[in-house]
Amino acid sequence: MNKTVNQKAWFLVLPVFLLVAFSAVIPLMTVINYSVQDTFGNNVFSWVGLDWFEEIIHSQRMHESLGRQAMLTTIILLIEVPFGIFIALNMPKKGFWASFCLVVIALPLLIPWNVVGTIWQIFGRKDIGLLGHTLASMGIEYNYAQDVLSAWITIIVMDVWHWTSLIVLLCYAGLQSIPDAYYQAAKIDQASRWSVFRYIELPKMSGVLLIAILLRFMDSFMIYSEPFVLTGGGPGNSTTFLSIDLVNMALGQFDLGPASAYSLMYFLVVLLVSWVFFTVMTSIDKKGAV
Amino acid sequence: MNKKSYKSPIIMFVYIVFLMLPIYWLLNMSFKTNVEILGTFSMFPNKFTLHNYVTIFTDPGWYMGYINSMSYVVINVIISLAVALPAAYAFSRYTFMGDKHLFFWLLTNRMAPPAVFALPFFQLYSSIGLFDTYWAVALAHTLFNVPLSVWILEGFMRGVPKEIDETAYIDGYSFFKFFRKIFMPLIASGIGVTAFFCFMFSWVELLLSRTLTSVNAKSIGATMTRTVSATGIDWGVLAAAGILTIVPGILVIYFVRNHIAKGFALGRV
Repeated sequence: MNKTVNQKAWFLVLPVFLLVAFSAVIPLMTVINYSVQDTFGNNVFSWVGLDWFEEIIHSQRMHESLGRQAMLTTIILLIEVPFGIFIALNMPKKGFWASFCLVVIALPLLIPWNVVGTIWQIFGRKDIGLLGHTLASMGIEYNYAQDVLSAWITIIVMDVWHWTSLIVLLCYAGLQSIPDAYYQAAKIDQASRWSVFRYIELPKMSGVLLIAILLRFMDSFMIYSEPFVLTGGGPGNSTTFLSIDLVNMALGQFDLGPASAYSLMYFLVVLLVSWVFFTVMTSIDKKGAV
Repeated sequence: MNKKSYKSPIIMFVYIVFLMLPIYWLLNMSFKTNVEILGTFSMFPNKFTLHNYVTIFTDPGWYMGYINSMSYVVINVIISLAVALPAAYAFSRYTFMGDKHLFFWLLTNRMAPPAVFALPFFQLYSSIGLFDTYWAVALAHTLFNVPLSVWILEGFMRGVPKEIDETAYIDGYSFFKFFRKIFMPLIASGIGVTAFFCFMFSWVELLLSRTLTSVNAKSIGATMTRTVSATGIDWGVLAAAGILTIVPGILVIYFVRNHIAKGFALGRV
């Protein structure tokens, strides 16, 4: 659609601009302000320049959290994306079962994140949980509160349980937009199942899939509530991801300077990786289209 | 049809069982007494009890959590829609100075980790006296809900031909009358989908709502996590509380079930 130039449109955008400026710019300024100053209480601040940034960049704590976070996000994306596509391909196309599946599948997305943690906390316990009890009776060593591997597996399974549906719903919507004629043509050409997927379904899904991957990346990089409730970051520090670490530093220890420097770098990492993702994937998309 | 044979209902069935099993276990536990939960192990409650739900509905410490959460979620949805509707209209119809930058800047807020904003929000809302009110949480959640609303609504509005606007203006409609009487009914499903997503993201968020409230406006999520850390865990009540937090989601999703695929189809979440 060709749009008309109208500077008065700013008045329509103004409420959003003011609101978001209030809830994003002021807090961000506070963070920047703290990140370059040191305080000994009583609102006395002194300028320290980039010392906090230097400290955080060299701190092992940040490196470890970032490493854990990167590993978690990678594993989650590698499992959820193919799995989500696979489920979407098996969704019924229309009729009662299609809407039934849609409603049931969307359900985990609407459960408060802390309740997701609670559900899996209970489900995985050896004494009262179905999963923990079954595994224990099969003789498998499993305790997410003490064993690092169990904790990681539980968090990954929990996230797959929680978020695969989002990818399914997006891919499903993409698949719905493919006209039947495409499939009929493929049938006449006697295309194999794989080539139908590779040359018809995947290209048609790529747009929504891009958004799905981007969203999953962003949200898994900010994960807080679920592991916080499930393991509290433990055993030890083994599931302390970036958000949990930052909240401990900012609200637990109230280390304003380092926490603010940490915040800014965290935000920048998310923005940077999102941007790289987006550019790389849109350029692949364009090449594929030609 | 050859096409149908590719689909296997068994895969769908297994996936749904995988999704439902943990929820079922929570439901099962919510109808058990604590003695039964800790003592025996069964797929069905032996002694069916509503005691856990009665506790929640009679103890203000519990049911106020739901009322508080509902209050800030509703306020948030109203604020988000009210400011996002005109903005999305502007983005979908006009070009103006800095529009692309503004749009992108809005979207970067969707990428902001709530953990980054927890501390500054705490100080900001404390200093303006909104700490521990519904407004604090509702305003804080606009950080990610307003950009999201603008994004979704803009997609829906682009689908409405511009000729409709022009005809309405020629017919002598003022902007507000046109917007309310003609435009909003046309994008009703878009507004529904947007409200659904705002509801969802505000309802499921824990970190900000927990940081910004202490007593008067304490959210249900905060109530649940604090009970865990205080005196030993009352599993039955915790399970019942969890089940009750899922109910609003089920209701909302039931109402928008026909629009949700459309909302997703636009590729905008």
